[in-house]
Amino acid sequence: MADAALRVSGLTRRFGGVVAVNDVTLEVAGNAVHAVIGPNGAGKSTLANLLSGDLRPSAGTIVFDGTDISRLPADRRSRMGIGRSYQKTNVFREFTALENCRLAAQSRDPHPFNWFRDALSYRGILEGAERALATVGLKARMAVPAGHLSHGEQRQLEIAMCLATRPRVLILDEPLAGMGTEESAAMVDLLRAIAADHAVLLVEHDMDAVFALARVLTVMVNGVVLDTGDPQKVRANPAVQSAYLGRPEDHA
Amino acid sequence: MREPPNITRVLLLLGLASLALFPLTGSTFYIQLLTKIMIMAIFAMSLDLIVGYTGLVSLGHSAFFGFAGYVLALTAPRYEAVSLWLTLPVSMAATGILALAIGVLVLRTAGIYFIMVTLAFAQMLYYLFHDTKLGGGSDGIYLHARPSLAIGDISLLNLANHAHFYYLVLAFLLAVYFLLRQVLASPFGRVLVGIKANEARVRALGFQVFNYKLGAFVLAGALAGLAGYLAACQFGFVNPEILSWHYSGVVLMMLILGGMGRLYGAVIGAFAFVLVQELFSYQDIFGEYAKRWQLAMGGFIVLVVLLLPRGLADLMERAGRRPESESANG
Repeated sequence: MADAALRVSGLTRRFGGVVAVNDVTLEVAGNAVHAVIGPNGAGKSTLANLLSGDLRPSAGTIVFDGTDISRLPADRRSRMGIGRSYQKTNVFREFTALENCRLAAQSRDPHPFNWFRDALSYRGILEGAERALATVGLKARMAVPAGHLSHGEQRQLEIAMCLATRPRVLILDEPLAGMGTEESAAMVDLLRAIAADHAVLLVEHDMDAVFALARVLTVMVNGVVLDTGDPQKVRANPAVQSAYLGRPEDHA
Repeated sequence: MREPPNITRVLLLLGLASLALFPLTGSTFYIQLLTKIMIMAIFAMSLDLIVGYTGLVSLGHSAFFGFAGYVLALTAPRYEAVSLWLTLPVSMAATGILALAIGVLVLRTAGIYFIMVTLAFAQMLYYLFHDTKLGGGSDGIYLHARPSLAIGDISLLNLANHAHFYYLVLAFLLAVYFLLRQVLASPFGRVLVGIKANEARVRALGFQVFNYKLGAFVLAGALAGLAGYLAACQFGFVNPEILSWHYSGVVLMMLILGGMGRLYGAVIGAFAFVLVQELFSYQDIFGEYAKRWQLAMGGFIVLVVLLLPRGLADLMERAGRRPESESANG
């Protein structure tokens, strides 16, 4: 999994007259975190949606493993190995944490026509789900309905569901959003562990986390890539500083 | 798949025992009425699979109910009893194929558009049979003999006998209930429930949502076909009314009344709907107003929806949670 996993070139998405993502070119490579930062409205979430297939691009290509996936639907991309988590927590609130991950794991081994066998009797799928929950530290909470988990736990569950689909690339949209200090620290450790054997595209507002994790940093402003490369070099770029880092941080 | 809570299970078993013993009373009128209700319960359970579990609200489910009846009527020779072993699978398979063809088209839409196109397809079928000679036009077709149920030359049940037919329908009711329970517990069923909760998330997890919806639509169509086949057997004729959107509306109301997303809710809804309808049209009690039973029925449904938004089944479940309150007779 070392080589460039995702090659994005000239990626553009228009909403009516607004160009949310404008001619973005980047590479998400190897077992490392590639962070994308930028002020609100910079097009980061739109970029995540374009990569996962939740949105179709207006122009440009996304190549994964030598295949052009820019027109493929989200479920195809997921099966090819692109997993994602959402900025707004997007779990099955009525299902237990375990069932959330079990369903995610089932997507790799779906048995759609085995109508006469119980879903819970597939040991391998259950074990995969439990492993994902253990990785994020939610094993003890697996019987709790997702809607009853704390906000931080729901964010962890998002990651666990993503891991249960055994992705090669993870697209994580603000996994630290709304988390307390301790929870954030735990999440940073988790993301570091995940990045040891996955390519991770991390959209994040939390600068401490970004600089702690990222091997490559991309700064977006108004849909355009302002700079991309080594985090320290990007940080030193005056254009980046005036456009984003120099200003007081803009959370929401 | 949610297991019925304990007290609910006891009440359901009591209900089943009463149904099993009822023909001993020998009341032909009520045996026929209960047979009709059980057929509607099968119809309602089939709709629950797509409405209550998958989240696809269809107003065209009567298309499958009615079509299966027409398949039986059109394939049966005029005055000879046909074999149930042959005609039932043929009717259900033909209905399943119809559901596949309609499903491929309508499942590209969602929400209010899905409601409208399912309705449109059912109405197309209605007018096809109503306005052409294909199925006897608006008069429909008579079935002069009920199908036979035999192994070799040994007749297992005489379906012209009301009690025998009653037990056949009861057996199908149980079979459909347990079949759907099992399907909902399978990996396929788990995905359907996920689609209802959050379709986009299921797709993002890598499932081909369309195929799962189509599978559910075809199964629901074939089971509605079973109900329609049995109804055609019971009444001895088919006419375009069984395809009309009123029928789709009635079965949807049964689901709402009983409680969606619980198979036994569909059964309770079918019983409640037909029995309350019978009650309100009973002249000895309601006199002149009995003719306007629809008015009382409408009021009853509004009341249930306002007081019990999760249906009558919820009443039983609440009684189960608080054993001191007993107000559950479905």
